[in-house]
Amino acid sequence: MKLFPIRGGIHPDYRKELTSEKPIVALPLPRLLYLPVQQHMGAPANITVQPGDQVKKGQVLAKGQGAVSAPIHAPTSGRIAEIANITAPHPSGLPQNTIILEPDGKDEWGDLPEPLADPFAATPQQIKDRVAGAGIVGMGGAAFPSAVKLGLGGSHKLEILLLNGAECEPYLTCDDRVMREYADQVVDGARIMAHALGTPRIVIAIERNKPQSLELIKKAAAAFANIDVADVPVQYPMGAERHLTQAVTGRETPARKLTADIGVVVHNVATARAVHQAVRFGRPLISRIVTVSGNAVREPKNIEVPLGTKVAELIDFCGGLAETPRRIISGGPMMGQPLPDLDVPVVKGTSGILALTAGEVNERPVQPCIRCGSCVSICPCGLVPVEMAAVIRHENMDAAVAWGVMDCVSCGSCSYICPSHIPLAQYFNYAKGRLNEQDRERRKRDLVKRLVEERAARLEKAAKAKREAAAARAAAQAAQAATAEANRVNP
Amino acid sequence: MKILVDKSAPFTHAPTSVQKTMATVLLALVPATLFNATLFGWPAVFMFLITLGSCLGAEAICLSWSNKPVLPTLFDGSAALTGWLLAMSLPPWAPWWIGVLGAVFAIFLAKQVFGGLGQNPFNPAMVGRVALLISFPVQMTAFIAPRPLFSSTAPGFIESLGITFAGRVDFDSISAASALGYVKTELSRGIPVSQSVPHLPDLMDIALGMHPGSFGETSALLILAGGLFLLARRVISWHIPTAVIGTLFVMGALFNAINPDRFTGGVFQVISGATFLGAFFIATDYVTSPVSKRGQLVYGCGIGLMTWIIRSFAGYPEGMAFAVLLMNALTPLIDHHIRPRPFGRTRKGEPLPLARGEK
Ligand code: SF4
Ligand code: SF4
Repeated sequence: MKLFPIRGGIHPDYRKELTSEKPIVALPLPRLLYLPVQQHMGAPANITVQPGDQVKKGQVLAKGQGAVSAPIHAPTSGRIAEIANITAPHPSGLPQNTIILEPDGKDEWGDLPEPLADPFAATPQQIKDRVAGAGIVGMGGAAFPSAVKLGLGGSHKLEILLLNGAECEPYLTCDDRVMREYADQVVDGARIMAHALGTPRIVIAIERNKPQSLELIKKAAAAFANIDVADVPVQYPMGAERHLTQAVTGRETPARKLTADIGVVVHNVATARAVHQAVRFGRPLISRIVTVSGNAVREPKNIEVPLGTKVAELIDFCGGLAETPRRIISGGPMMGQPLPDLDVPVVKGTSGILALTAGEVNERPVQPCIRCGSCVSICPCGLVPVEMAAVIRHENMDAAVAWGVMDCVSCGSCSYICPSHIPLAQYFNYAKGRLNEQDRERRKRDLVKRLVEERAARLEKAAKAKREAAAARAAAQAAQAATAEANRVNP
Repeated sequence: MKILVDKSAPFTHAPTSVQKTMATVLLALVPATLFNATLFGWPAVFMFLITLGSCLGAEAICLSWSNKPVLPTLFDGSAALTGWLLAMSLPPWAPWWIGVLGAVFAIFLAKQVFGGLGQNPFNPAMVGRVALLISFPVQMTAFIAPRPLFSSTAPGFIESLGITFAGRVDFDSISAASALGYVKTELSRGIPVSQSVPHLPDLMDIALGMHPGSFGETSALLILAGGLFLLARRVISWHIPTAVIGTLFVMGALFNAINPDRFTGGVFQVISGATFLGAFFIATDYVTSPVSKRGQLVYGCGIGLMTWIIRSFAGYPEGMAFAVLLMNALTPLIDHHIRPRPFGRTRKGEPLPLARGEK
């Protein structure tokens, strides 16, 4: 298949060999499961159970609310022990409303929706509803509700479903293992999604450092003429939506548009498998594959984990920590979130748990920028990180916008390459946060201003009506008086 | 167990550091430096050590004045590199105070006054050289022919101490002109280039370094080898050196073809003087050159052009240092106007037009 070059990027030490040959193993049921109501982008789910309720595996515990949201299901059967505020897997460490489930050990399925006998005879809406009902979100880490993205066929003319199996983050091998062990499910899920989206073509893109995945997926897809498997070069961030789209189609998504605007929708391979499960078997998303790795972990593994399992249990299952890690990361080392401790649960977007030693993270004191230009040559978005960081350091957000900070995809390549160890991407995340905040404030101010203006207009209108009424009354009285006068004069 | 969350991603880092970069550049200079030290003997070794040491000393003094940590910053290698490059650009038998003054100009006036590493608009080594050249034109052009160490013409150790520290040398009797200087002087005496060039050592000798010139610029081939090493290690990219050398060559060849009596040829321009040292080690200075690749091409062409103009028309035989400083002044402008094209946008910064896919 013809591929197209993408600009910039880096070649970090991938260290995937720690887990790439470790088959997926299932984690024994933990004693307690902690299910935060917000495991996805969008509105938190609305809890529908009470403490003390007995629930069955797959039963809805919290319903999605609003257009962008996802429900939460019971990963196993058991009793709702408590609903409490628990630390969420987020660097803020802020507590979140969380359902605590005590498994009863029976692991009994509840009533599941009927499998769709022939998904290709179903309407796109039926598939979308099924995916939404199963609580499926983007499993690559972004955790955007998948049903919303499957609805893009209604508003856009789509040509290609691009299945993202690039897995360009170092250490992570969960997608690799899913493709190797469940190739047929991935391909089936992709075909169902393409049907829902109305895309005639499917391209499954896999980085060349996963030869077995490439071979097995090619084999699974061989029977379908509309599926192409693309072996994309090993280059971080190949898995970024816009860059993968460019590598496969040569099309460059215009700024502030979606890939859907140029006819491409990107979904993750593990998401495709979840869709297959939901459509063919009615099973909701209640577990996921997590790569537990890093040199501080005794036996790195790929584990099938019930959602809500505490990270500490995963680490224990991997033989515990060999040494105190310098950092614990949820996700990959390039874009993952730092975790404050092991006492947080696995959620739908947790692709990896990494316990990294000081040697692996290679942190050094920050030095002054020597203007080496490395950050400029490797930025996959064509930005000038050195200049953006300089203006952000002076809190000059307008200049940061002019230098394109809102186009930054936070891939972290610039921080990675900087010889002065300047945390460039951190500056950009800060700036984006500030700008979004300003934007929200401005919108709030605008709203208040509009409300005030509307009220003033309303009052003005009322006053005017009053004045007019008074004038009319006065005029009527005057007319009356005049008539009376006239009558008096001319009896 | 509490783990640090004071930093956001990425949590891995390329094996790069300022020290490593500077050390690689220094390493690339070692062969040419050793060769030249043997070529010009003990006085050159003293001059080199004094210049390097003075730069480190000046940096240490400035850092402690401004209450900055001295040792870690000294070990970033930038002051050592400045001193090294400054020494490379001085006449090999320059007296001790030339090296010391050069260090004061380079480190104090050109670097620390602006706030230290990364803040200086002008290349410190070149500021040092140009300030010396303007203030002490005689000492700064007192070149000598090579007198290899331990050869019969070479001064002994004690005699060399006298040359460097007591000025016990009669330059009038031993000085020799550099190739560029010779051609220029002859031209001013009305002797056309076509007649003066054949009197020079042949181009191969010039390339090897067997001719008078500054300490570091004479052995063009070893400097070139160091430059290629830096390219291979990806410390520098091809853009600036190619632009500098290419422009010099094209200008030289073009005008030599038009008027061979007045202008030297392209190959001569490239091989002689500080072309390779300038193109690979000085013009590529990170701090004072543009950050984008296209900007670097413009900057490199500018240096090549200015060097050629100064060599051909101005009073000084060599123009590399002036050209670098002139283009340093333009670097902020180049960086502001020449940026990479952002993903999904036109060069003007507008979003790309939507070609397809809209319903
Ligand atoms: S990579 Fe770091 S040192 Fe180099 S220009 Fe960018 S910010 Fe400066
Ligand atoms: S984090 Fe942003 S600025 Fe840095 S390389 Fe990635 S896209 Fe470019």
